[in-house]
Amino acid sequence: MNEIAIELKGIDKSFGPVHANKDINLSVRKGTIHGIIGENGAGKSTLMSILYGFYQADRGDIFISGAKTNIKDPRAAIAAGIGMVHQHFMLVENFTVLENVMLGAEDGQILNSSIAKARAELKRLEREYGLEVNPDALIEELPVGIQQRVEILKALFRGADILILDEPTGVLTPAEADHLFRILRQLKDQGKTVILITHKLREIMAITDEVSVMRRGEMVATRQTSATSVEELAELMVGRRVLLQVKKGPTNPGEVLLEVDNLTVHDSRGVAMVKNVSFTVRAGEIVGVAGVAGNGQSELLEAIAGIRKLETGRSLLKGEPLTGVGVADPAGLRKRGLAHVPEDRHHMGLVLKFEESENSILGYHDDPLYVNGAFLNIEGIRKDAAEKVEKYDIRPPNVRLKTANFSGGNQQKIVLAREMERDPSVLIIGQPTRGVDVGAIEFIHRRIIEMRDAGKAVLLVSVELDEIRSLADRVLVMFDGRVVGERDPGTSEGELGLLMAGVTQAREAAE
Amino acid sequence: MSAGYGKLPAWVDFGLIPLINLIVAFLVAGLVVLAVGENPLRAAGLMVNGAFGYGEGVGFTLYYATNFIFTGLAVAVAFHCGLFNIGGEGQAYVAGLGVALPCLWFDDLLPWYLLFPIAILGTAFVGAAWALIPGWLQAKRGSHVVITTIMFNFIASSLMVYLLVDVLKPAGSMAPETRGFTEGGQLPKLDWLLAAVGFDIGSAPFNFSFLLALLMAFIVWVVIWRTRLGYEIRTMGHSPTAARYAGIRESRIIIITMLMSGALAGMMALNPIMGDQHRMQLDFVGGAGFVGIAVALMGRSHPVGIIPAAILFGMLYQGGAEISFEMPEISRDMIVIIQGLVILFAGALENMFRPAITTFFATLSGARASASASASE
Repeated sequence: MNEIAIELKGIDKSFGPVHANKDINLSVRKGTIHGIIGENGAGKSTLMSILYGFYQADRGDIFISGAKTNIKDPRAAIAAGIGMVHQHFMLVENFTVLENVMLGAEDGQILNSSIAKARAELKRLEREYGLEVNPDALIEELPVGIQQRVEILKALFRGADILILDEPTGVLTPAEADHLFRILRQLKDQGKTVILITHKLREIMAITDEVSVMRRGEMVATRQTSATSVEELAELMVGRRVLLQVKKGPTNPGEVLLEVDNLTVHDSRGVAMVKNVSFTVRAGEIVGVAGVAGNGQSELLEAIAGIRKLETGRSLLKGEPLTGVGVADPAGLRKRGLAHVPEDRHHMGLVLKFEESENSILGYHDDPLYVNGAFLNIEGIRKDAAEKVEKYDIRPPNVRLKTANFSGGNQQKIVLAREMERDPSVLIIGQPTRGVDVGAIEFIHRRIIEMRDAGKAVLLVSVELDEIRSLADRVLVMFDGRVVGERDPGTSEGELGLLMAGVTQAREAAE
Repeated sequence: MSAGYGKLPAWVDFGLIPLINLIVAFLVAGLVVLAVGENPLRAAGLMVNGAFGYGEGVGFTLYYATNFIFTGLAVAVAFHCGLFNIGGEGQAYVAGLGVALPCLWFDDLLPWYLLFPIAILGTAFVGAAWALIPGWLQAKRGSHVVITTIMFNFIASSLMVYLLVDVLKPAGSMAPETRGFTEGGQLPKLDWLLAAVGFDIGSAPFNFSFLLALLMAFIVWVVIWRTRLGYEIRTMGHSPTAARYAGIRESRIIIITMLMSGALAGMMALNPIMGDQHRMQLDFVGGAGFVGIAVALMGRSHPVGIIPAAILFGMLYQGGAEISFEMPEISRDMIVIIQGLVILFAGALENMFRPAITTFFATLSGARASASASASE
């Protein structure tokens, strides 16, 4: 098993002044699972895009099974036996599994013979790799984990020997992720080569044979997974020692600050996304809401923040009504001490085309600190922004820079600084570290715990179960719009995972 | 990775790219002139000379530019809110009532400097009112302003024909226009302004409303970049979801923006009616509402860009008239083609050369960075 499946020699790629890949060398042995980790912007995606033919390297050569190969577009990559499973699935929602698998790989204009062949081929793949899928199911009716399976089938159908998976577990429950890993192992046993791109160190440890670490466009190390540790990998990624586990004292909950009572929220199509949810958050505690993405957490957060209309129920701040049916007033909520770090900073938390200082007042732009009557107090705004930039170590420290030009971690710090520095009573946070580099995660987690220790009520929504477990004092699990259970953060991941997958009855019956 | 990519120095963004667009537009226009058998260089000379070569030409150029500053600002304000107000033409047309009626009523009673403020308020009010309905429909009903404002142009046109022919036309006159205003309804010319730089404007109708246009450009800058309202408008324009998050009331901002846009377009009516013809005629807007779209696009929706862009289009109007006078092969319609080309390249194809220029500057600064890096090694 020492044959080399892919060898990259001296790959170099720049986008204008940005040197995304610097002289990268990488060998991936055939029949192994090879992990690639690195922070956001380390150049992993660029490297994989070069391998899959989306970009052309400025310099360097790609060897597939020992033969020098010119991959000028994805078609050439497929021809060379490389398949890619993207982070965001490339499936046609209202096509069946079979139609999606065939798409772009049909034999001719008349589909009948292709369909029969594809069906037979799907059967074979299913048998060989344990990838059961109903070929006639519509994609939109399938759970995310199965959709991902279809993506893998698509690649295999095209004859892929080398499979690249880009952050495959971001949308999966722990159980689904386990299932995916079983499939990957099976693929490996059948002689396929798997490249796994992820930022989750635990997954690397659990499944890969070898792991390569990227930092700032360079390949800094390759290790046998069995010969390395999470700590070492984290240090290699960031370039310094990182505290992975946040230190947190015991909680000392006080009075109830936020009370959510029988909340029901519909999405734009009128489908109920949050169903009769009630809970409370006390001063000095962090309540985490765990769940697989799309189970109503986002809508719950936006409803509490006053952005989404309620169908039933209300929320209270210190016993005073905050939102209710027909009451949606984000500006009023802010004034009364509710701060909101939204899940999607690009579309909601920030205006990317604004200067940093302009974003540092978003939502608070009628505060007397920032306005004189109808006019903006530009001096005051910039001075205030500069103070926040310093306190939150936002880089580069330039309040006139366009927000789009900050990295993900620094953009998130801009939002956090704005929301936390107002001294709110209740802080609701969605996905605090999504797309944020490891170094900044540490800072953000520390700040959240500081808010708790200062007696704020913190409601934390995250799809990263690890994050919830390490930060929260109580964990609510959402499934299909309902809170299906409340657990202690020390609860095993397996149990939380089952809850997240909606398995409650079975558990209770077993007890 | 995305940081830094796609960023351009301001002088390239606001200076070089519009200039390249303009040069290409004129090159293509030159080919058109060549195709009809005239000498494009001579045509260009005629145009520049006709627009800037002598006092009267300059006066006409600035007179047209005044119209385009108003309508360009109107379009730009709406752009900042993410709205595309194509209805400047109709808003300005109807707003003619806001200046013509006060002038008809009071021109014998009031001096121009008292009637002018009334007319300013009148045009702003009527223009805003005409934009209010599409704005309200957009805010409350989601009817797209692009559609409704276009349709309101037609309604405006029919309404004004009816009013001019059946209501405002003096008895016994054959022309669909109001009676001429007496002295109180006539804005003074700005001959002294050009005389200061040695030009004699002759019969050109360059008048006081030009100063109002400059003032409005300044006010628009203040409102958009220095007030809370402008902040809310820009937030809304860049990201409606962020605006909702920030608690900005979407429908309120849309309606206010459309009112401002309509008021600015409406003020354009002052220039031809009170400044030039001293009466209201059929079709006095003459396409200025549409040219405003090109002016706003070319001026990147910033007053500092809109004023030169408006002067450029003033030059095309005035210099174009000069060409068709001197070159019989080139008809009035040819001039419209040339103007259309400028609009096409400066406005619609604004981003055509941008990727290439961005790549060029990125490579340039990349090379510079690596050169300095290797120098320091």
